[in-house]
Amino acid sequence: MRPILYVLSFLAVMALGFWAYRENYATQAALREVATLQDDIAGLREGLAIQRAEWAFLNRPDRLRELAVLNFDRLGLMPMEPHQFGTPTEIAYPPPPVAADLVPEDGLADAVDVSGSLPEQTP
Amino acid sequence: MTRTPLRPLARILHARSQGQNPDTIERENLRARHEEIRERARGRAQLRLLFLSLCFFSAFTVIGARMGMLAATEPMEPRTASNGAEITAGRADIVDRNGRVLATNMLTHALYVQTKDLIDPAHAAAELARIFPDLDEAVLLQRFTDGRKFLWVKKVLSPEQMQQVHDIGDPGLLFGPREMRLYPNGQLAAHVLGGASFGAEGVDSAEVIGTAGLEKAMDQRLRDPAQAGTPLQLSLDLTIQATIEEVLHTGMVMMNAKGAAAVLMDVQTGEIISLASLPAYDPNNRPNPVLPKGAEPGDSPLFNRAVQGVYELGSAFKIFAAAQAMDLGLVNPESMVDANAPMVWGKFKIKEFENHNYGPLLSVSDVIAKSSNVGTAHIALMIGGERQQTFLKALGLFDPSPVELIEAPYAKPIVPKRWPDITTITVSYGHGIAASPLALATAYATIANGGIAVTPTLLKRNAPMEGVRVMSEQTAAEAVKMLRRVVTEGTASLGEVKGYEVAGKTGTAEKPRPTGGYYDDKVVNTFAAVFPASNPRYVLTVTLDEPVETTGPKPRRTAGWTAVPVAAEVIRRTAPLLGLKPQVEAVGLDGLTAVSN
Repeated sequence: MRPILYVLSFLAVMALGFWAYRENYATQAALREVATLQDDIAGLREGLAIQRAEWAFLNRPDRLRELAVLNFDRLGLMPMEPHQFGTPTEIAYPPPPVAADLVPEDGLADAVDVSGSLPEQTP
Repeated sequence: MTRTPLRPLARILHARSQGQNPDTIERENLRARHEEIRERARGRAQLRLLFLSLCFFSAFTVIGARMGMLAATEPMEPRTASNGAEITAGRADIVDRNGRVLATNMLTHALYVQTKDLIDPAHAAAELARIFPDLDEAVLLQRFTDGRKFLWVKKVLSPEQMQQVHDIGDPGLLFGPREMRLYPNGQLAAHVLGGASFGAEGVDSAEVIGTAGLEKAMDQRLRDPAQAGTPLQLSLDLTIQATIEEVLHTGMVMMNAKGAAAVLMDVQTGEIISLASLPAYDPNNRPNPVLPKGAEPGDSPLFNRAVQGVYELGSAFKIFAAAQAMDLGLVNPESMVDANAPMVWGKFKIKEFENHNYGPLLSVSDVIAKSSNVGTAHIALMIGGERQQTFLKALGLFDPSPVELIEAPYAKPIVPKRWPDITTITVSYGHGIAASPLALATAYATIANGGIAVTPTLLKRNAPMEGVRVMSEQTAAEAVKMLRRVVTEGTASLGEVKGYEVAGKTGTAEKPRPTGGYYDDKVVNTFAAVFPASNPRYVLTVTLDEPVETTGPKPRRTAGWTAVPVAAEVIRRTAPLLGLKPQVEAVGLDGLTAVSN
């Protein structure tokens, strides 16, 4: 009985040693990976900061104003004016659909006969 | 514990009967008692010693264990430190109220030379002089070879320049990483931001320190590593700032002024939405101009007219006298006051503009609308010098502005030292007292804020500020109504912007000569406006330095002709950006009306 116990405990020590060895290297690899990732993150952050700066630089009001002037023909951008304000009530409702619009242009071939009345149109 | 008697009667009697000395019994008992007491004390002392030694033992164990742990661990850099944004941002960004970047950092490189590693100093010097035209080849070569070991060549390089220096291929040319402060909007809000430069420099890094404006005033906050990741949010609005600077620049050119300043402030929070001073400079490349002898400080582009420009602001002060008199119950807007010009006070003669006479009597409201010096003087005399000083002090016109700019505490208003009646009179119409346009805007904001004092700030505030009440709400409302009349029927008629009910007061003051007296043809024109008058939300001051309007037959230098139209254009352009809806009938939009058939 005792020799078996000795052999088992020896094997257990071997197994634990192997496990510890592997864990050690796995940890070191993970730490290395973290370090690389953190370098990457730092690099990306730096890139992000530069891109932000560049975005701010490209969107500086002076430049946007010049671009708006240059492309006035196409875009027709004007400075915001007081008269551009409105209230929802000032927007007219779209005109109610006219009967002819409801009939599809090429759909008369398979039309079915129905009877009914369209709602009265208010002028 | 039972206490044994020293002379137990039974034993004493027994001893006496035996013919023995009973005192021996007493001595014997006394000894026994003392022994008992000693025994107890020793026990207690032992316990204390044990406790103390335990304490020491555990303390030394903890220290020893910690030392052992420290000695056993491998030294390494803390890894969690790179999780935040600190790694890129040594100095916090500055953003406007909507989060748009006003100042940020960019990683560049500095160029330095280790002279002992230089292979061919002459070639390196020649190549460097070719890449950087501002360097002189002979000077560089002389510095490379005069025995020094180390030498800074350029503080900041562009990536292209860095590549070119790389291409020289000399191992003595080395690069150190540098964090550079970048203001992507160029001259925009230059006087607010100020500028930054390098402080202590090392090979691996250099500290960036603020040199002026907000960068210097908030240096502690911006450099705080704990807050490096959170940008500093200002109350400025980039779009509005750009619009105001554009309009102001146009106005300055049209009115032939040599300088201009504008302050736009939210009256409820005291937030400065825009603070502009022209001419401006580029904070990325802060100039260091040497002014010619005898020039005013205002001639330097670095001079912040809105904060440092302490001018006599003229008639814009009149509303303070009127408001105080109303608040004290001395007058109401319809009260008639003596306005018979010229007014003689001692050896002084107080005249109106162009020797008008609005008198003999004028209502308080008309005194403001017509900008009558004599009328204001009489109102001020009713108030008296003492109360006038208290009131102006409460409005913040006696102290430097508390705004977060390094220049602000040094821009002290010029206040007369003695206060005789003639000072009371002149101060009431803004002469003999000088304040910055920002201080004037703050005082007007107090009126517009229903009489509650406003503290100006450049940092974003999320809640309305709390201040002390300077005048009653009713007085403040009456004062705004008077200011509205100045625009509808008074001296600032060009200030009317349809839909925004502009209220305000003009101020024209001659500039003082350095030799004493005043210039005839050099004025500072100010227009302080409050809008919309029915529910004041914003205060705008526009100041023009030495403007002259030349479209008429003779040059005009009054604020009504110069500062007011500029301010009106500023309001017309910025009010929609501020989200203020005009109170006008909107024009029907094309194509959206219902069509009947």
